[in-house]
Amino acid sequence: MSALALTSASLFGLCGAALVGIGLFCIVSHPDLLRRIIGFNILGAGIFLVFGAVARRGAAMGLGGDPVPQAMVITGIVVAFAATALAVALLRRLASLTGSASLDATTPATPPRSDA
Amino acid sequence: MSLVFDIALVAGLIALALHVVVTRDSRGAILAFIAFGLLLGIGWARLASVDVALTEAAIGGGLTGMLLLRAHAHLAREIPPEARARAEPRRWLAPAIACGLVTLALGAVVLAFPRPAPSLAHQAVASLETTGLGNPVTAVLLAYRAIDTLLEKIVLILALVGVWSLSRDGAWGGASQLRPAIIPEPLVFLARVLPPFGVLIAVYQVWVGADLPGGTFQAGTILAAMALLVMLAGLRPAPPTQARALRVMLAGGPALFVLVGFLGVAAAQGFLSYPEAIAKPLIVGIEAALTLSIAGTLALLVAGPPDKAPAS
Repeated sequence: MSALALTSASLFGLCGAALVGIGLFCIVSHPDLLRRIIGFNILGAGIFLVFGAVARRGAAMGLGGDPVPQAMVITGIVVAFAATALAVALLRRLASLTGSASLDATTPATPPRSDA
Repeated sequence: MSLVFDIALVAGLIALALHVVVTRDSRGAILAFIAFGLLLGIGWARLASVDVALTEAAIGGGLTGMLLLRAHAHLAREIPPEARARAEPRRWLAPAIACGLVTLALGAVVLAFPRPAPSLAHQAVASLETTGLGNPVTAVLLAYRAIDTLLEKIVLILALVGVWSLSRDGAWGGASQLRPAIIPEPLVFLARVLPPFGVLIAVYQVWVGADLPGGTFQAGTILAAMALLVMLAGLRPAPPTQARALRVMLAGGPALFVLVGFLGVAAAQGFLSYPEAIAKPLIVGIEAALTLSIAGTLALLVAGPPDKAPAS
């Protein structure tokens, strides 16, 4: 049983490692800023899953996992949501002002609207 | 057998994440991300972290998905079509190799975790009696590491201040416009039927969170979802952000938390320590006030910066 639990924990840990790579790739390479925000969330999910593997391996005293990393992940999910909301608000403002949702320097931005 | 299920789950998660990165369709990417959040919730349940599973499914899938869908609709209105349809070749090989290396390094770390695994479960369970709680995760959040939770509440409030400050000057202090132009009938029906159940489930989650999986974050998210449902269906307008009652509700949870923290200096061992005899009533009281603050903050974060001028 313990061997099986161990395998399952490392499997999710490896999945977390893969998600970190995918999210990071999305953040550095995608031209669309909204997609980069989603990539940021995938990166965060990957880091939390690695933490989840740590928590699962620390199972003891009749608990399914170590409660300290679990509590840290709950805090992390809420903070990641707050950061996402702020990023989305910035992006919406950027789109209202420039009519573009990317930071591409080669395309000239349309003149800012007067309602700012 | 369960390992086969886990492998399928992990394959699904990675496939959805890849789909988010490669697809051209931004709306499809958001929907894939919502599915990803729900699958990840099942993954957390498989890791025996039911508290995290509830939080991930509610916030990671639900609220973030709604936030992104609203942002997508806003961008579709604001950005002219000719500015969108650009498919330039972009450099992807170097970033892909670098990110692959990060994944490999992290994977090596995961496989090289120390054995036997370090764990704080013994300490967490050993001190559980002094808090009067039965759920060790709640004990970590509100007793052992209460300072983390307090600071997190303050981060939430700061994020909300940041979002509000992105409103136009004229709309400062006004309300967000959540009501869509056309409201589908089933949405109105659901917005009338679901909130009583949602409120009941949220109260249950706060109460049961002391001893079983559940707690303030999960309950706050459910309440926020109910408030958003009512506002989206146009049954109630979003509250103006300058309303005093709203601001008292938002600041009330963290304020009570800080107050109890300083009480600990006088009546117990130090900041944020509870007198043992009344530890549980104090913790449940803080949880109740925090739930309302979290619900309000999360709902307003999704609603976004105010865009209607205040009525004054």
